Amino acid sequence: MQKHLELSQVGISFPTPKGPFVALQNVNLSIAKGEIISLIGHSGCGKSTVLNIIAGLLKATEGGVILNHKEVNEPGPERAVVFQHHSLLPWLSVYENVALAVRQVFSGKMNKAQMQEWIEHNLALVQMSHARDKKPAEISGGMKQRVGIARALAMQPQVLLMDEPFGALDALTRAHLQDSVQQIQAELGNTVILITHDVDEAVLLSDRIVMMTNGPAATVGEVLSIDLPRPRDRLALADCPKYNHYRHQVLSFLYEKQRKVEPLPVTPAKNMQETTDVRPQTEARA
Amino acid sequence: MIIQLKNPAQPKLAELRQTKLGEMLRQGSLTLTGLAIFVLCWAALAANLQTSLGQFPGPTAVASQFKALVAEHQAEQSREQAFYQRQQERLEKNPNAVSRPYSGRPTFFSQIQTSLRTVLTGFLLASLVAIPTGILIGLSPLSYSAANPLIQLLKPVSPLAWLPLITIVVSASYPADGFFSRSYLVSALTVALCSLWPTLINTIVGVSQVPTDLQNVSKVLRLNWFRHVRAIVLPSAVPMIFTGLRLSLGIAWMVLIAAEMLAQNPGLGKFVWDEFQNGSSDSLARICAAVGVIGLIGLLLDRLMLALQKAISWDKSVQLR
Repeated sequence: MQKHLELSQVGISFPTPKGPFVALQNVNLSIAKGEIISLIGHSGCGKSTVLNIIAGLLKATEGGVILNHKEVNEPGPERAVVFQHHSLLPWLSVYENVALAVRQVFSGKMNKAQMQEWIEHNLALVQMSHARDKKPAEISGGMKQRVGIARALAMQPQVLLMDEPFGALDALTRAHLQDSVQQIQAELGNTVILITHDVDEAVLLSDRIVMMTNGPAATVGEVLSIDLPRPRDRLALADCPKYNHYRHQVLSFLYEKQRKVEPLPVTPAKNMQETTDVRPQTEARA
Repeated sequence: MIIQLKNPAQPKLAELRQTKLGEMLRQGSLTLTGLAIFVLCWAALAANLQTSLGQFPGPTAVASQFKALVAEHQAEQSREQAFYQRQQERLEKNPNAVSRPYSGRPTFFSQIQTSLRTVLTGFLLASLVAIPTGILIGLSPLSYSAANPLIQLLKPVSPLAWLPLITIVVSASYPADGFFSRSYLVSALTVALCSLWPTLINTIVGVSQVPTDLQNVSKVLRLNWFRHVRAIVLPSAVPMIFTGLRLSLGIAWMVLIAAEMLAQNPGLGKFVWDEFQNGSSDSLARICAAVGVIGLIGLLLDRLMLALQKAISWDKSVQLR
């Protein structure tokens, strides 16, 4: 597999008054160009931490991130981020928010007219052209998130990082945006890493699902390849046995992992001998 | 279910209450009621208060003194006009005659003008110093830790304590016959020194509290320092900066009156001081009139700042009052 983005032995620990807290350990991942990868796991397992390390917003204390055979540890527009809470600048209009990114990335390479065309093209991709002069306070949550996606795409990133982008939205809007992401990715062929809690979303959108173990010292538990033809229609897939099988596999990982609590590797600074897993022990459903 | 209106005229009143006009009328009538109660209490108290300068002035005494001040101002205006007219006639007859500027007493209204000019100078000076300094200090946690104790140390110092120091410094470094009078400079500098603290502190807080999400956006876009400050930090901090400016203006106006009294800048402060030294039977009433005008100008300045803040504010969720 062509290694477009690679995480090599990535680990991160945070200094705390009680000693270093190891959030991630031995995270290894290889991603090809144009793949959609979902990161899924229980809350607090370090999914956002992995994404922030890839984005360069956090620095790994062990290992590194390699993009196109070059190590990256600083943030940059080639790894554009769509944040969980849109992060639009509230004093700028929708157009101006995207324009800020475009001007920053393409200042020497495009003239004014080209930039305007490019911004409007990206707004049209997410169907936000009608609201281009509105301020973020005047549009809904789903629309704000769409503008966030447009801004990220406008940077023409090599990797699109999405941190639970639809988590704060209602189910209908989520469905629309999931379809949009599928369409856009089909059109542009960019690599997408998506963090999600939603098993259906993960199976619907991704080429591979990376399932993380529970934190602390979380690592990659299993990687599931989704071999479903594109474009994927959620209504048609609802009856598809393969789709349901994949769903079952993800769910059993998530809920079996609760049961199979493996002893954590003992690091010198830690005094813990067993995990403190307070979630209720439930039977895995077939 | 049929709902019948008992009184068909009632909806009209409810509608009126809800219109903007209705709101204004309501607010206006409440204000007038409050003022009326205040004036009545004042009149009652004043009637029972005897001082060494005569009875404490009630509302009527103050109102008549205010009219007297207006009349004095108009008389002075006409005297000035007459003077310039006579001078003009003299110059026409003899072009080599000496021409002098009119040097009459400053009237109440020209003193108001002087006060306004001085406070605006001091306030602008304070803002020009406080805002850039606040931005620089707020951007770096190190400089904040270094500067904060110093700011907290200097902030509580009263203008009356700064004044002698400023007077000495200005006397030493500015000529007595320069373009600005020394008293004007001393007053303006005292105002600046005492009123810059709210703006400085609020700017620092606003700049250091840019939301993490926006900072992350700036990092991903790799904005350079200047662009980061201009595009992200400053707009995000503007609401807090304006709060600081508004507080500073209020403090500046208060400090000005005190500074003018001691520095003898020909403004409202000096007017009050002179009247007090004068000790005539009208003095207390005139001082009360001045107090009323000082309060009114302070209110107007605050409303001006509020209007400016509302015009510039981008945050529609905050209700500015």
